[in-house]
Amino acid sequence: MNKFVALWLAVGLIGFFVLPWYTTDDAFVSFTWLRDGWPLDADYAPAIIQIFAHGKIWLAPLILFFAAVVPVLRGNPSDRLFAATLTFAGAGGLVFLLLQGFTIGIAGWEYASLEALFGPVERQFGMGAGAVLVAAAFLFLLTQGFAARGYVGGDLFVAGSIGLIIALITAFVFFPVSRILVSAFQDNQGVYAFSLFAEKISDSKIWGLRCLSENVSCGVAWNSLMLAVSVGIGSTLLGLAFALVTTRARLKMGKAFRVLTVLPIITPPFVIGLAMILLFGRAGVVTQFMASTFDIPPTRWIYGFTGIWLAQMLAFTPIAFLVLIGVVEGVSPSMEEAAQTLRADAWTTFSTVSFPLMRPGLANAFLLGFIESMADFGNPFVLGGNYGVLSTEIFFAIVGAQNDQGGAAVLAIVLLAFTLTAFYVQRRWVGKKSYVTVTGKGDAGLHAMLPKRLTWLIFAIVIPWTFMMLVIYCMVMFGGFVETWGRDHSFTMRHYADAFSVTTGEHGLIWSGAAWNSFWTTISISAIAAPLTAGLGLLTAYLLVRQRFAGREAFEFGTMLSFAIPGTVIGISYILAFNIPPLELTGTGIILIICFMFRNMPVGLRAGVAAMSQLDKNLDEASLTLGANSFTTVRNVILPLLRPAIAAALVFSFVRAITSVSAVIFLVSADYHMATAYIIGRVENGDYGLAIAYSSVLILVMLAAVSLVQLVISRRKLGRRTAVAGAEQAGAVAT
Amino acid sequence: MTIKSNAASVRFDAVTKAFGDVVAVDQISLLIEPGKLVTLLGPSGCGKTTTLRLIAGLEMATGGQIFIGDRDVTKLPATDRDVAMVFQSYALFPHMTVGENVAYGLKVSGVKKPDAQARSQDALNLVGLADLGDRMPSELSGGQQQRVAVARALVLEPQVLLFDEPLSNLDAKLRRRVREEIREIQQNLGLTVIYVTHDQEEALAVSDDIVVMNNAVIAQIGTPRELYEVPSDAFVADFIGEANILDCEIESVAGDMAQVRLGDIVMQLPALNLAPGPAQLAIRPRRVDLHAEAVAETLPGTLLKATYVGTHMEYRIETAHGEIFAISGDVDDLHHANSEIRVGFRDPGPVLIPAA
Ligand SMILES: Nc1ncnc2c1ncn2[C@@H]1O[C@H](COP(=O)(O)OP(=O)(O)OP(=O)(O)O)[C@@H](O)[C@H]1O
Ligand SMILES: [Mg+2]
Repeated sequence: MNKFVALWLAVGLIGFFVLPWYTTDDAFVSFTWLRDGWPLDADYAPAIIQIFAHGKIWLAPLILFFAAVVPVLRGNPSDRLFAATLTFAGAGGLVFLLLQGFTIGIAGWEYASLEALFGPVERQFGMGAGAVLVAAAFLFLLTQGFAARGYVGGDLFVAGSIGLIIALITAFVFFPVSRILVSAFQDNQGVYAFSLFAEKISDSKIWGLRCLSENVSCGVAWNSLMLAVSVGIGSTLLGLAFALVTTRARLKMGKAFRVLTVLPIITPPFVIGLAMILLFGRAGVVTQFMASTFDIPPTRWIYGFTGIWLAQMLAFTPIAFLVLIGVVEGVSPSMEEAAQTLRADAWTTFSTVSFPLMRPGLANAFLLGFIESMADFGNPFVLGGNYGVLSTEIFFAIVGAQNDQGGAAVLAIVLLAFTLTAFYVQRRWVGKKSYVTVTGKGDAGLHAMLPKRLTWLIFAIVIPWTFMMLVIYCMVMFGGFVETWGRDHSFTMRHYADAFSVTTGEHGLIWSGAAWNSFWTTISISAIAAPLTAGLGLLTAYLLVRQRFAGREAFEFGTMLSFAIPGTVIGISYILAFNIPPLELTGTGIILIICFMFRNMPVGLRAGVAAMSQLDKNLDEASLTLGANSFTTVRNVILPLLRPAIAAALVFSFVRAITSVSAVIFLVSADYHMATAYIIGRVENGDYGLAIAYSSVLILVMLAAVSLVQLVISRRKLGRRTAVAGAEQAGAVAT
Repeated sequence: MTIKSNAASVRFDAVTKAFGDVVAVDQISLLIEPGKLVTLLGPSGCGKTTTLRLIAGLEMATGGQIFIGDRDVTKLPATDRDVAMVFQSYALFPHMTVGENVAYGLKVSGVKKPDAQARSQDALNLVGLADLGDRMPSELSGGQQQRVAVARALVLEPQVLLFDEPLSNLDAKLRRRVREEIREIQQNLGLTVIYVTHDQEEALAVSDDIVVMNNAVIAQIGTPRELYEVPSDAFVADFIGEANILDCEIESVAGDMAQVRLGDIVMQLPALNLAPGPAQLAIRPRRVDLHAEAVAETLPGTLLKATYVGTHMEYRIETAHGEIFAISGDVDDLHHANSEIRVGFRDPGPVLIPAA
């Protein structure tokens, strides 16, 4: 008997005959259906009972596809019939499942023509546990069919993994994004209206250029573009300055800079904007000080382009720094030494050798800054004022009084076009070049010192900037202890008490603070999402680095694509796609987890690809020739050697889930409220004290999590223990 | 000694492997008998590693069939083939001790822990590393790591054991010792071993048979002696040891002997299935004699250069048929550069090979 066929057949049958077919409850794992009338109740019945008792006859053919598999249960995988049967049953089952899901919805037939053809049918809801298991069973039967045909060398684990990832990415990246495209062409009644689309996409609110001649604001597309370009340039230059200082100026402070760069990563992006309001807003410390000392009247200059630009610079420079430090260190010292022995002075060496070698890296950093700025929602939201950008306009189109889904979709398409172009350019043009100078070979020699003039210039930029970062983080840490910002600066614990008070009641502790609810939701959702995200990312990395298979390039592009899709776009596409069957997920915690998985997967993917490329491929091959299959090899050889990458992927996924705002703001619900959405809500109400207090607690929690995971996982066990043990043995022999 | 041998033969039937446009192995047919040590020898990029990986199942053939014993393994992945491999980089798992490394194959195939430990200890004893089971690979010398890799492969008692340039990370002295150890283990256990190297001396020293490869095809298969003494073409003659290749003419063939003319010299040589017409001669430098005065059946020439290298003399001679390189063990009776000289060949000496 073929173990794997039997396994997935059994899974499918459990899905069909036992578990509730439709969505039941939005809790992650809930068994209330066991008590509430299962198996006969229409809400909880499995497919088989839905067919006979509730008129869902169109589910019946599914069973045929399972039946088709039974004859090959004892089959031989190298048999042609075996492969053909599994492929047919898997593909047929999947297609049928999707067809019925998309054609029959909450109001019966989705298309009038079908209703005319087949007569009216019952309505049905989104897929539940049963349907998901059945879909998984069909998927893996299909991949076994492919493996039996010799795809990826007949490896079941690899074929299954590829199938799983393709299915997930299609369902949770391509499908929702395509929904945006569709709804951009529809009016708000769902009727296709191309002229409306043409009208919307050429709207002067998007593309208007009157700002050049008159004193009105430009179109939001131009605003976004201008902001993204200037943030890209600014953060790249600043990141370069920091990278040069750390590597070339022989400073003791180098390490300290690296630590400083971690801070923005664990800071929700809008917190920087918030701190800037506390400093430079009309009631800000600096503004007040200027007003009282120099009689400079307070203005609202911080709200608008300048403010957003400053906040984004503060938030994204560390990313540029992290990219550029690798590049700057990667420029081989021996090249610079060669230039110097050829009589080039410090300035000539820098301008003719070091800088040109860094150029691809600079382009890379610029494009990353550009994409991040385009996608950023928090800072423009907090500091934007009248300066609208695409990401915020999308939000207001959906959430505001207009509730204009089509309009939001059009804006989303514009935004997507910008980021995808940048992403494409980055991949095509610099993606490859930027690795050339990093050889991974130990290169003796010292980097050339920077020319004096340049050093002073860099210090003149870096020192005030660092000072500003420090001030901002002080604001964040202490801002929560002040009564009312700008008016009453007396010390208070009030905000913390409001947010995080705990009282004792008769049943033990009561989490009475206003923030606890969203806090625990955030922590638990992020904690569930982190391992899933890291797992998905690392599995994808394994497939990309270690396996060759047909369609690998497209696979890679698809997996990296979700990185280029801004959070706001993901947010509204999820609303459009998952509000209705067959995947009815809005309002659940699951949609948040899924959103985090696909938004943050590229982080795990990159960590995994980088680490795995350094692992000798012979190690896996040795394991394979010793009789381990690919799954055992991954578990016993690759994973243990990837601990640092796993730690990094886990931490990043966790932290990014906690700090993300843009997509989350569309997806939160009363039951699943997330910290960042809650804080943004407080900011909107002007309740800065609580917002800041909550933010600083989040930062501390993430700092703790980061340190903890580092401590537990990343210790590598390749150590040399004999130095001591050997000496002891020698001593014992001697005496 | 409880490590046994399950030696099996390996057969290639017109096997081809192409990577896109690059054909790394082209229609190779080959039979390796059980219990033999066979080397794959050839210049860089000729397809040795690819051939080895095809046997291991790490690459899948794009054409032809591969048999191990009587079983067709062409489509079988590495996991399911009874083949073990020792890698050039050794590929010891850095996060496991030596003992865990050796026991790994047993563990993943479900052998009970005490059994696995006992058997891996046997394997370590066999390679002379009985006491090092608790060390990490990073705490061993290069030669010790190499032996751990051998033990790890042996412990599974594979039908075929593969080595890909196992000695290239070792220094010259250690190389000689380890290759003798490998040969000894192979002969004691009667293993089928396939061994890749591009060091022809190593190949001559350890092999039962040598497969010389060139440009993705087999140039010649034979025992070390056959390859050295009866190379089948100019490539093999030159690749195994050095050889002078001279153009000649086969005047007639009678039975399996041919009458060959080289300038004024006429020789009777084994015809090796060649037909009358132009051909070439391969002559080892040590099979060339130099004479100061005229002798029958010799070629006239000019001595270009004489080099004293301690154990022997090396000469380069210009003749009407091209330059000839000669080695003479006689370091006392010297010929001098720029003198006129006669070149003769010993018997047996020249070997007929097809014209280029
Ligand atoms: N994965 C691959 N993709 C494309 N071409 C490959 C691949 N592996 C090997 N080749 C090509 O196949 C040919 C044979 O390679 P192979 O590694 O077998 O050579 P080799 O005889 O082992 O050489 P060396 O002595 O240098 O190790 C080479 O031209 C190589 O470039
Ligand atoms: Mg090789």
